Amino acid sequence: MLNTKVYLSKKIFNEDIELAPTRNGYGKGLVLAGEKDERVVALCADLTESTRTDAFAKKFPDRFIEVGVAEQAMATIASGMANYGKIPFIASYAAFSPGRNWEQIRTTIALNDLPVKIAGHHAGISVGPDGATHQMLEDIALMRAMPNMIVVVPADSVEGRKATIAAAGNGKPTYLRFAREKTPVFTTDKTLFKIGEALTLWESETPQAAIIGAGPLLYEALLAARELEKSHIGSVILNCHTVSPIDERAIVSVARKCGAVVTLEEHQINGGLGSAVAEVLARNWPVPIEFVGMPNSFGESGQPDELLEKYKMKAEHIVEAVKKVIKRKTDRE
Amino acid sequence: MGDLILGELEQKANDIRQDIIQMLLEAGSGHSAGPLGMADVFTALYFSILKHNPKDPEWDERDRLFLSNGHICPVRYATMAHAGYFPREELKTLRKLGTRLQGHPERLRLPGVETTSGPLGSGLAQASGYAYASRIPSSPLATKGQAMLQWRVFCICSDGEHDEGNHWEAVMFAGKYKLSNLTVIVDRNNIQIDGHTENVMPLEPLGDKYVAFGWNVLSVDGHNIEAIIDACNQARATYEKPTVIIAHTIPGKGVSFMENMYEWHGKSPNKEEAKKALHELRTLGGKIRAEHE
Repeated sequence: MLNTKVYLSKKIFNEDIELAPTRNGYGKGLVLAGEKDERVVALCADLTESTRTDAFAKKFPDRFIEVGVAEQAMATIASGMANYGKIPFIASYAAFSPGRNWEQIRTTIALNDLPVKIAGHHAGISVGPDGATHQMLEDIALMRAMPNMIVVVPADSVEGRKATIAAAGNGKPTYLRFAREKTPVFTTDKTLFKIGEALTLWESETPQAAIIGAGPLLYEALLAARELEKSHIGSVILNCHTVSPIDERAIVSVARKCGAVVTLEEHQINGGLGSAVAEVLARNWPVPIEFVGMPNSFGESGQPDELLEKYKMKAEHIVEAVKKVIKRKTDRE
Repeated sequence: MGDLILGELEQKANDIRQDIIQMLLEAGSGHSAGPLGMADVFTALYFSILKHNPKDPEWDERDRLFLSNGHICPVRYATMAHAGYFPREELKTLRKLGTRLQGHPERLRLPGVETTSGPLGSGLAQASGYAYASRIPSSPLATKGQAMLQWRVFCICSDGEHDEGNHWEAVMFAGKYKLSNLTVIVDRNNIQIDGHTENVMPLEPLGDKYVAFGWNVLSVDGHNIEAIIDACNQARATYEKPTVIIAHTIPGKGVSFMENMYEWHGKSPNKEEAKKALHELRTLGGKIRAEHE
């Protein structure tokens, strides 16, 4: 059942649940962070509207910097500005930033340990019709491998807003991952958000498997958990929005409780959140794991829902994965 | 011209060159040609041009010197030691475990190094971001009014790194925003790892390219300390545009068998070569002394 302590949306399973893209949270959070702290500046590489940087640009024209279609320059200029004492947010599509400018981020931001905030937009396969070039599915792997880098994947627009504000104040290089498509807004203003702390969204009385995920797909996990409950299969859902540093305690705790884990992300299975969870469990509490995500493949054009269906990231596939991992667990016992 | 007269500056550059040879010999690896070629520029900067305080490397009103081509750091380290940032003895730790003098410079390890560099083409963008940030009206150092005019951002780049797209992105950016508080010095030594720059990837007409991007372009003999100082003063007096000073240098300057040899780009001298190099530099030092006495 839903964890009432985290105040999820009252309309969570209703048809009329609010829909909004997580990037809207970036736009709102950026303005709020800018109001709160004069040091916040925003840079954009010719994608001001679609990365939702436009509201900040309008409100704080002195603190908005257009760098043109130049993601490498954006990262390095931001590094210089952070070196001066600013808190720069840089926005582009994740395929280009950190896709194209990874080395600049590594050397001039992470190794320098400067508080630049990298907002990777239009991440995941749900970008849809734009096709494989724009469907960034490797960014979590790229960023979580980097020392000093905080990696956060918000689950909905409200969490996106909170993550943006939190990033402005954390004093560290930080990667924030956002999606293009509208997805259910299932958390609320009252839902707790703290970088580095995973959140239990759902917990059955006798859970047999834990679903650990990040990003908008967590809503599919909630649908899956409800479905599983109907057939008397209990589960736990952990919103592991911070992929680095990962909440080891929460992960080990649900693995010990359930003895089986399913990971979930709109990202390559290789190197993403699932891999991070597997690393934690291999070291601390090995249990069978099933991975829901991109199976070492590029995407293609199509509607977001068609693509999530084709590449098996919908509620029905999570249900299957949970059943499979429970069977692996009981076969071993 | 600061505290040292011209002859003393030339002597200082010669001493720095000798330290570079000794550091590289001790380290057993590292770059020789670039550091030797830039010894006069670094001497001019640290002993005449830059506003800085070795006892307070984070001084708010210091001039900021970004080194983009981090591999020539031996010359920066040696010059900083001579300027009093740390004891010259520490130069022997170059590239060794636990050293502050990393093979490529790191901001968090050595106070006075403004940024981490090595991967080419990224320094100008950082310097530009810094120069831009200082001019945002809400910036604390900008609101001090006069202070803003008094300190500048300097950036040293190699010619080879002009092959990088990131560098030209920054040239466009600094041109667009007319970052007149930014002075760039290009080490135009015509060599890079794979050979002569004009064979690897032609850069000329380099000055015209900067002009086309809205820059003020100056050209100097990179071994004429007086000319380097003059050019930096002209840049300081230019209020409409960023300035690039193309400093024509001889890679390996001062050591006959290294001069203009691209093979010495990324190589350190062995014992025999170092001995020969030091002998040549000491002889040169004697001549400089004799000339100015």
